[in-house]
Amino acid sequence: MFQYDAIDAAMVADRNAEFRDQVSRRLSGELTEDQFKPLRLMNGLYLQLHSYMLRVAIPYGALSSAKMRALAHVARRWDRGYGHFTTRQNIQFHWIKLSDTPDVLDYLATAELHAIQTSGNCIRNTTSDPFAGAAAEEVDDPRVWSEVIRQWSTFHPEFTYLPRKFKIAVTASPRDRTAARAHDIGLVLRRNREGRLGFEVIVGGGMGRTPYIGATIREHLPAEHLLSYLTAILRVYNRFGRRDNLYKARIKILVASLGAAEFARLADEAWEAMDRPRADLPDVELARIRASFGLVDFRTLPPRSERFEAAKGDKAFARFARNNIVPHKVPGYGIVQVSLKGIGEVPGDCTADQMEALADLAERYGHGEIRVTHEQNLVLPHVALDDAPAVHAGLAAVGLATPNINLVSDMIACPGLDYCALANARAIPIAQAISETFADPDRAEQVGELKIKISGCINACGHHHVGHIGILGVDKKGEEYYQLTLGGSGAEDAAIGHVLGPALSADRVADAIDKLVDVYLAIRQPQERFLDTYRRTGVGPFKAAVYQDAHQA
Amino acid sequence: MLIRLENDHFHLVEDRFAPVGEGEAIADTVAVILSLSRFQAEGEALLAAGRDVGVRMAPADRVEDLICDLPRLALVALDFPKYRDGRAYSSAVMLRETYGFDGEVRAVGDVLIDQAWNMVRCGFDAFETSVGPNAWAAAARRYRHVYQASADHRPPAFVERSQAARRLAAQEG
Ligand code: SF4
Repeated sequence: MFQYDAIDAAMVADRNAEFRDQVSRRLSGELTEDQFKPLRLMNGLYLQLHSYMLRVAIPYGALSSAKMRALAHVARRWDRGYGHFTTRQNIQFHWIKLSDTPDVLDYLATAELHAIQTSGNCIRNTTSDPFAGAAAEEVDDPRVWSEVIRQWSTFHPEFTYLPRKFKIAVTASPRDRTAARAHDIGLVLRRNREGRLGFEVIVGGGMGRTPYIGATIREHLPAEHLLSYLTAILRVYNRFGRRDNLYKARIKILVASLGAAEFARLADEAWEAMDRPRADLPDVELARIRASFGLVDFRTLPPRSERFEAAKGDKAFARFARNNIVPHKVPGYGIVQVSLKGIGEVPGDCTADQMEALADLAERYGHGEIRVTHEQNLVLPHVALDDAPAVHAGLAAVGLATPNINLVSDMIACPGLDYCALANARAIPIAQAISETFADPDRAEQVGELKIKISGCINACGHHHVGHIGILGVDKKGEEYYQLTLGGSGAEDAAIGHVLGPALSADRVADAIDKLVDVYLAIRQPQERFLDTYRRTGVGPFKAAVYQDAHQA
Repeated sequence: MLIRLENDHFHLVEDRFAPVGEGEAIADTVAVILSLSRFQAEGEALLAAGRDVGVRMAPADRVEDLICDLPRLALVALDFPKYRDGRAYSSAVMLRETYGFDGEVRAVGDVLIDQAWNMVRCGFDAFETSVGPNAWAAAARRYRHVYQASADHRPPAFVERSQAARRLAAQEG
């Protein structure tokens, strides 16, 4: 995996020294909270209701065992023994003391971790495919390009004070596991007919109160021009994005108001005016970055593992293998997905003990690599199938063997009213009630892939717009109500969900999901996922099932 | 206070330019700074009279509108009404990189020490700020390396790396 050189380390060290100075000026009273606020936000430090929250970047979601152990150490020494993996491939520590933050950041730097640009109106951590380097269908390693973007966007002098935050996703697979079309910029790497690498450039996707699926403004940007073209897009946005209204400041609003064609024209104009050879990355540097990811020394194994097949005699392992392990590009290996959605737990939470157990398992069986997904789960990308039973046992020992990847209980839920001051309604108890409704694992498997996403308010941190079933907390005369949407997707078939009907009270939500699922099971055709059935039939049968007795009630 | 960056040096200078406020008469001094609209109305006459003219651009003003006049302008002042408004950074980069302007690019308005490095990297070489020149210089040079090419022409990390690799190869060769 990618390793810092002396320059990368110096960048983080210089920033940490600067922030140490700023914190001491704040603690001595030289800086007021108002003056300090923008400075701490540049370093991922938020002031929440009861304490500071530190958001640590996990560049493109890739962790080593050493990095995971460093996170565990931070959780134990400076927090309350756990961390929270977010939908943005970051980790948050919610109980950090201000005076400790310089030490926390210096400690993280020893493991090549930092909190730079995890907040503020700048270019944030790049999202990438958690299966990078392991997925059979990828055309190149998207981490290489994500690292190119990481360096380019770090302390970018022109783009540190954008109208609003800015998020880029990179994927190199036809199966999109990054929600590229829901990002400010989504980059999909492909080869054209001549075999040359290029990016489909998608601009203006996003969630929040006005959700958009991004528009394609370039079908095939030659890969070597990535940085100059990103500079052009960002320059257009920096100059013309709205700054008068917080809710209209994202690039999606600019693209929507200009139209994608006009936006593309402006970007092209800026691109053509630029000294591109100076802005683009030279081939030698790309080669250096590529080489610094190193090669994983996979063994030559038969595609079928007898040990793996024999272990399926155990029902729990068989279920885990069916739901959480997917094929790897190398014969005899599997990609092991680790669910952070244990029944009744807070999605994304992970204890220091669990982090350390994962670090050990990755080191022993997984070439030392761990990934974070935007669906708040973790991945051991390179596990020999022979070792999968041992990995499963190791995960089970720390409560991480929940076999529910992509199933109904693998939900995304934002913190909601339990933790978030902006919320209209609770999200986590709704998730828990749904989990309990579908507690029977056989039924959950029978239902198959179903992505439920819950947000406690219109800010959409739970990405409800792109849930197969989305649930949005709304306030109805001081009471918590929930609006359901159907048919959304954040994957390659991206779409914004449609409102099902009037909002429901909290006690009716889990029951409504149950009814939606019953309708699906009754009318689905072979191989259809919930989403496919909905797209075929439209809202009619689903709406009827949920609201049929509303009139009588 | 006005800090100028000249030959890699930050120092205090006397500001010989008189700003012309909205609706104010143009002073008798040799050098004046006008808003873009005043410049478009009255700039030609001043330039013809041999005066030194600078233009003060609000964030929404487009540097494209100055292209034809740039060779005759002594300076362009870019306004930061709030430090969080980052449009002037793009304006500065475009003045330097796209249009090759080599006169003074001055930062005015909410010009704070924490943005010193952004401004210097984007091609500003004059700063109306209450910060002293030594503190300003230290803040502008806080980072020993930079990752991307910009208007200051500092060698980005990838250039430093390939130079280091070449030195190494030469030693070994
Ligand atoms: S969606 Fe709303 S309630 Fe949920 S975390 Fe975001 S702001 Fe808070």
